[in-house]
Amino acid sequence: MKPDSVIIELSPRFEVGAKKALQNTQLRRNMGKATQTIRAKRSAVVDEKSDWQALREAGWQIKADVMAQLDTYLVQLEAAVTAAGGVVHWARDAREANHIVTELIRQTGTNEIIKVKSLTTDEIRLNEHLEEAGIQAIETDLAELIIQLANEKSSHILVPAIHKNRSEIRALFQKAMNLPDLTDEPKALAAAARQYLREKFMSVKVATSGANFAIAETGSVCVVESEGNGRMCLTMPDVLITVMGIEKILPKWQDLGVFMQLLPRSSTGERMNPYTSIWTGVTPGDGPQQFHLVLLDNGRTSVLADAVGRQTLHCIRCSACINICPVYERTGGHAYGSVYPGPIGAILTPQLVGTAHASSLPYASSLCGACYDVCPVKINIPEVLVHLRGQVVAEKQKTLAGALDVEAWGMQGLATVFANRRAYEAAQSAGRLAQWPFVNDGYIDQGPGPLAAWTAMRDLGAIPQQSFRSWWRERQKHEQ
Amino acid sequence: MSSSRDAMLHRIRHAVANGVRQSQHPTESAAYEVHDQLDAPQRIAQFAHRVEEYKAWVGECDTSAVARMIAQRLAVHGHRTLVLPHDFVQMWRPEGYELIEDDHLPAAHIAASDGVISTCALGIAQTGTIVLDGGVGQGRRMLTLLPDYHCCVVPASLVVGTVPEAFARLESVIGDRRAPMTFISGPSATSDIELNRVEGVHGPRTLEVIIVRDA
Ligand code: SF4
Repeated sequence: MKPDSVIIELSPRFEVGAKKALQNTQLRRNMGKATQTIRAKRSAVVDEKSDWQALREAGWQIKADVMAQLDTYLVQLEAAVTAAGGVVHWARDAREANHIVTELIRQTGTNEIIKVKSLTTDEIRLNEHLEEAGIQAIETDLAELIIQLANEKSSHILVPAIHKNRSEIRALFQKAMNLPDLTDEPKALAAAARQYLREKFMSVKVATSGANFAIAETGSVCVVESEGNGRMCLTMPDVLITVMGIEKILPKWQDLGVFMQLLPRSSTGERMNPYTSIWTGVTPGDGPQQFHLVLLDNGRTSVLADAVGRQTLHCIRCSACINICPVYERTGGHAYGSVYPGPIGAILTPQLVGTAHASSLPYASSLCGACYDVCPVKINIPEVLVHLRGQVVAEKQKTLAGALDVEAWGMQGLATVFANRRAYEAAQSAGRLAQWPFVNDGYIDQGPGPLAAWTAMRDLGAIPQQSFRSWWRERQKHEQ
Repeated sequence: MSSSRDAMLHRIRHAVANGVRQSQHPTESAAYEVHDQLDAPQRIAQFAHRVEEYKAWVGECDTSAVARMIAQRLAVHGHRTLVLPHDFVQMWRPEGYELIEDDHLPAAHIAASDGVISTCALGIAQTGTIVLDGGVGQGRRMLTLLPDYHCCVVPASLVVGTVPEAFARLESVIGDRRAPMTFISGPSATSDIELNRVEGVHGPRTLEVIIVRDA
């Protein structure tokens, strides 16, 4: 039972996308600045919380409890939302979810909706489906609007337009909003978007959103944002349709107090994000008078069934792992060929669609472990990566070619090494000494023999003299 | 869709059957900080400072001076027409300004005003956050969203230290009247243009906070 959604682009070969991305200098410059800025901000607000590790542990435990009793909590959530005047829908896959949303919109008689950025609706490709049904979805996040006007794909889950500079944005806005005199001042660009979207917020009758959290015991749903377009979409229309992955649930109201500390600090490096909206069903005289909550599976129950992979569902989409990832820093998000980029994408996407369909993604990592250290809910990403590599190898071995594939056999041995942090680091420093004949300008172009296939996807820079992990540990030491 | 519901629940039960059902919810035993170590004046100072860090203007005064301070701020911006909730405290209302109470005002009307005056449900010192829950003096969500200027009056007694304390206090609000809530930490912002933080996209571009000292 594979989900029928198309999370993956036609050719999800990480090594192909990565090579292309590396040639784009604008992208590399923006990525470099972006990751440096966000890393510094994040560590400043994380370091000031002396109870950070206790919060992470609480985050992990709450999510572990959610996974262990997901059925109970979902039924509880359904009852609470219904009691508060909302309607709950269940969708096994993307097709069902899109169908439900399309029908709900059709019933209102409108053919235009406003939309808050949501990875879940990206995952099911809601916009494309609505377009086929003659419904136009207007993205209201600034970055999403930029992407939509440019007819492109997002490159970062938090700052999707990270690859666009201001003059490119100005050109897009000048054309789409008919503002020939618009300057490229960020303030002016933001003001243009404000004006352009204001009219939509005031007139469009239906909105769709995702959800960051939903509370089983109260039926409350929570959206965390910065710009205020979320507040607009959640407040102004008559009808609100929220599509939520089943793993987003939290058992108790008080749990939000943990996650509202973990998420903003990890995500944008702020003590708190500008706006968080929490609503419970329908409130007479305030906001949409019709609320629909669509609970989406789309492969999540398969992930749940895997004892090692299950922790992937703890993810709160903060993007800290992405911002810290040395591989992502160089390639950007498009290389991952999925709506979920970076380390989390490398473990989530193959599990949602099956490793056979995204076999290169578990290799899109150097297993340096920085992602694990920053993850606010303590997802052991390297552990899951190694686990998935094992699955890829096992699948390859089912074919004759695979059985003869040296890399496949080698991986099994390496998996043991990768699974152990110490052994990996030892192997890595050995690699630093051994790799020199193939280093070209700091990049390893082609390894010898069977290594060729391996380097085809790891052609992302020679192993640095100081590994990221040891650099990171050094840095932590200095800061303490 | 009940067949989808059954199928999903079935798949979940099947998926977790092999795992341990950890039924112990951790909140009670959690080791994270619930209360801060500050005394009341320090807490108010922290709140003021952290709100300011989001580039919001912050003032502090006695309850008898609130109306005057609001009037001063409005004069600074040149605002004349303000919307406010019908139950906003009478003695805090500035004189000499056109104040329109929200009695089913059309959205366009609210949006066309110079700004909104409200109070709040809570302040959170550690994060510089204001929480609105539609209670007395706060109005419906639209009222504090559409205008470009928001002046929020925060009684010092409503400022708690930490985020968990805030959620503990808000629990009864959720239980009693299922009120929609908005957490506000500074004016709206985006970092989407070359990662420069730009204040003000869709929410009020100017946020000002007046802390009312305890009597
Ligand atoms: S895996 Fe962890 S660090 Fe990465 S986005 Fe998810 S919660 Fe954040």
